[in-house]
This record gives sequence, structure tokens and C-alpha cells, in this order.
Amino acid sequence: MISEALAQGDSMIHRLDPCVRVVCAFGVSFALALSEQFGVLGLYLVFALVLVALASLGAGPVLKRLKPVLLFVLMIWVILPFTHEGEPLLRLGPLTMTRPGVELCLRITIKSVSILMVFIALLATMTVATLGQALHRLRVPDKLVFLLLMTYRYIAVIQEEYQRLLRAARFRGFVPGTNLHSYRTYAYLAGMLFVRASLRAQRVHNAMLCRGFNGTFRSLDSPLSNRLNPVFMTGVSALTLVLVVTELLWK
Amino acid sequence: MTNPIIKLENISFAYPGATEKILDSLSLEVYHGDRIGMMAPNGSGKTTLFHTIMGLCRPDSGTIEIFGSPVSTEQEFQAVRSRIGLMFQDADDQLFCPTVVDDVAFGPLNLGLSADEARDRAREVLATLGIADLENAITHRLSGGQKRLVALASVLAMEPSVLLLDEPTAGLDNGVKEKLVKILNHLDISYVVISHEFNFLTAITDRVFSMESGKILSDDEVRIHQHEHMHKLGNHPHKHV
Repeated sequence: MISEALAQGDSMIHRLDPCVRVVCAFGVSFALALSEQFGVLGLYLVFALVLVALASLGAGPVLKRLKPVLLFVLMIWVILPFTHEGEPLLRLGPLTMTRPGVELCLRITIKSVSILMVFIALLATMTVATLGQALHRLRVPDKLVFLLLMTYRYIAVIQEEYQRLLRAARFRGFVPGTNLHSYRTYAYLAGMLFVRASLRAQRVHNAMLCRGFNGTFRSLDSPLSNRLNPVFMTGVSALTLVLVVTELLWK
Repeated sequence: MTNPIIKLENISFAYPGATEKILDSLSLEVYHGDRIGMMAPNGSGKTTLFHTIMGLCRPDSGTIEIFGSPVSTEQEFQAVRSRIGLMFQDADDQLFCPTVVDDVAFGPLNLGLSADEARDRAREVLATLGIADLENAITHRLSGGQKRLVALASVLAMEPSVLLLDEPTAGLDNGVKEKLVKILNHLDISYVVISHEFNFLTAITDRVFSMESGKILSDDEVRIHQHEHMHKLGNHPHKHV
């Protein structure tokens, strides 16, 4: 089940038009990803923290969301500084830590954490349903939007079906282990899941036909009017522009 | 008597690979104001019958007339489909939009209403069914009973001339069932209802049909009835089979 706990708040960010938030998140992360200078990256990190603060999200839930990327970054820190070529920084027995290796790791860390925080502040604060609507209004192709929305709608149903199949197997004494029988059982489960999903897709399509669906999707558009929309949009764009220029002039 | 809304004549249909016909020269007429119940064992072709009326299953032989004109091609079915409201057995099949209001407005939008009109129509129907508070709820988080009511709302929002309800009470508790009975009895619309429940059918329909070997048995042949009787241990709930 998709948890959308962060979407429930009522902060300044929550009240902004979803489209504005999507555009801002995209713009900022694009600029951020292309920056190299540590000074500028540091400013982006502060920027991201400010956005998280504006969304009034607690440190706990944000850290929880950051956990996967932090684990990923940790893995990089274990490997990259010791394998990257360049000027040695520190010798630990047979291992040598190189300066470019450490710098690269630091950049990856700041970039990935900041981008994720921007997305947590701006996008995780809306439901996937709202995100889909926003993407639709931003003229993202309908097929992509509906792929997202249908996945969102049916992932819980598919999970339920998987649990039901797994339960049925357990009731008949199935204990997963590292053996061919277990692998085969899981393959059967996966296969059954595909079969059921495809049958359900057929039924859903029928249901859509019954309600006059003729190939084009229409949707209820509900833009959130808010005086802050243009202010926020301008503010974020200006700040990003300043950071991009700073980055270019740094050398 | 006026012309039938739905008229099936000598419809036969067999699923590919099946040896027996699931519908065997079946005929059915539904008139304006009809409130028909259908009660028959599983696998007797009730759902197939509904899908045939909607053009989701094409019969191997026979003719279908809806609102007085024959329908056989996808285009012809498309034109009449929105005037017949089919409620699916599994509400999860029917409700595919992320939020309730999106789902209820899906039909009206397809009918060519503007976004605002569709939203108003959706709100109106939700209010009629007493679930106005679900408007912005996320569809997959609803309970089984709520899903069923929203599915009914999504069908009613098309303002159909006739409803086809496929086991509307399956898996529902008594509270929601009673609500459904009240709603259906207040609707000024013809309907055909498939159900396995005597009490539910007798509460909402005027006639009950059964199906056997691909054909419909009308009232004259079967009739739901109740009679009092007594026997040992009669105070315990029990079934007669």
C-alpha cells in the first residue's frame, strides 16, 4: 500500500498549485544535478532544507524517506574513495583514500540528498492522484499519466491478490526455503499474478467501455488558485537562476 | 404496451473452447418500469447475458434490439451503452480512477459534459446516495460497501434508462444491503438484478426469473415463495435445500 502520510499536511507548500510544485521541483533538481562547485552545492542543500521547513515536515518522516538513498550513498562511500585514481589523501594499511574519490562521493551525497529533499518537500506533499492531474495539465502525454494513475489505483489490489495466493500456499504447508521447490512456487505465484492482472485489465477495459469510453481520456481539472502561486514560482526560479549563474562564474 | 427497452431473440453463445452453449436460444424482453430479479446457480450464464446486452460478448447467433433498434456492431453498441448502466460484480473492476469524484465524473465526461457540469452531476449523485462525504476519498482505500455504493453512483451518473446489477449485495453486510434496497426502491428506473439472495430480490423486484441450460425460465415456471412450517429444532437458523 502506498502511504501518503506527508500529503495530509496544511502548510504553505501544501496549498500551492500542484503544477507549480512539479515545475519547481523539476527545475531545481535539474540545475542542482548539473552543479559541481561545493559552495553552490552547499547553498542548494540549504535551499532544500528551507523547502522542507516550509512544508512543515518533521525530521523523522523525512529521514525515513531518505533512508534508501542514504544506504545507497553509504555503499558508495565504502567503495569509491578507495578505488578512484588520484592524489592520495589518507592511507589505511593497504588501502589508499584519494582526494578526487572523496570529493566525488561528497558531491554525489549532497546532490542526491538535496534532490530527494526537494521532491519530498514539493511532491511527496501531494497524493499521486493530484500529481497525475498536475502532469496532465502540464501536457505530459495521457498514456504516461494514466499508466501512473492506474498503477496507483491497482497496486493495492495486486498486492492483495499476491497475499491471497501466498496465504493459500502457506495454508498448504509451504515454507519458503532455498530450494527448487520454493523457487518454482514463487514462479507459479508470479505467473498467476500476471494472469489475474491481465484478466482484470480486460474487465476494467470492459467497465470503461460501458461508461462510454472511446479512447480519449478526459479529466476533471481542478487548479488550486492561490495568491502565492506566482510568488513561489518567481522566487524559486530567481533563486535557481542565481545559483546557476554563481556556478558558472565561480571559476 | 410500449416497445421493449431491451429485446433479445434466440441468442446463443458459447465461450471459445467450451463444448456447451452458455446461452442457448435465449429470449428476453425488458420493458420500461420493469423490476426484474434473476436468480440462478453459478455458471448458468447470468453475467454472460448482461455482457451480451452491453455488447461485451458477441452472440454466435440471434438478434439484439435496444431502444427499438437492432445493435450488432461495436459502433452501434457504443451509442446505446451509455444509456444502460451495468454494475459489475467486482467494484474494483469498475472503479479505476484514483479518486471517487474522478470516477463518478468519468461517464458524464465521456457523454460530453464540461468538467464543471460533470463535477456537479457527480456531487449530485453522491449526495442522493448519501455518500457526499466520500467525494475526494482515494478509491482504493474505501471499504467494500463504500466501493459498491460508489460503483452504483458512477453508473447512475450516466442517467441510464435501465440498470443491470450483477450481484450488488455480494460480500455486503446487512446495513449496506438495507441501504441498497432503499435506494433501488426510490429510483424511477427499470432494472434487472442478479442476486443469490431471496430477501433482497423480493424487496426490490416485481418478478424473478431463473436460468437453466442457457434459457430463461420466467415467473410462470418458477416463483419465489414463503410458507410457514414447523419441525424439530426449528428455532435454529437453517436452510432448506
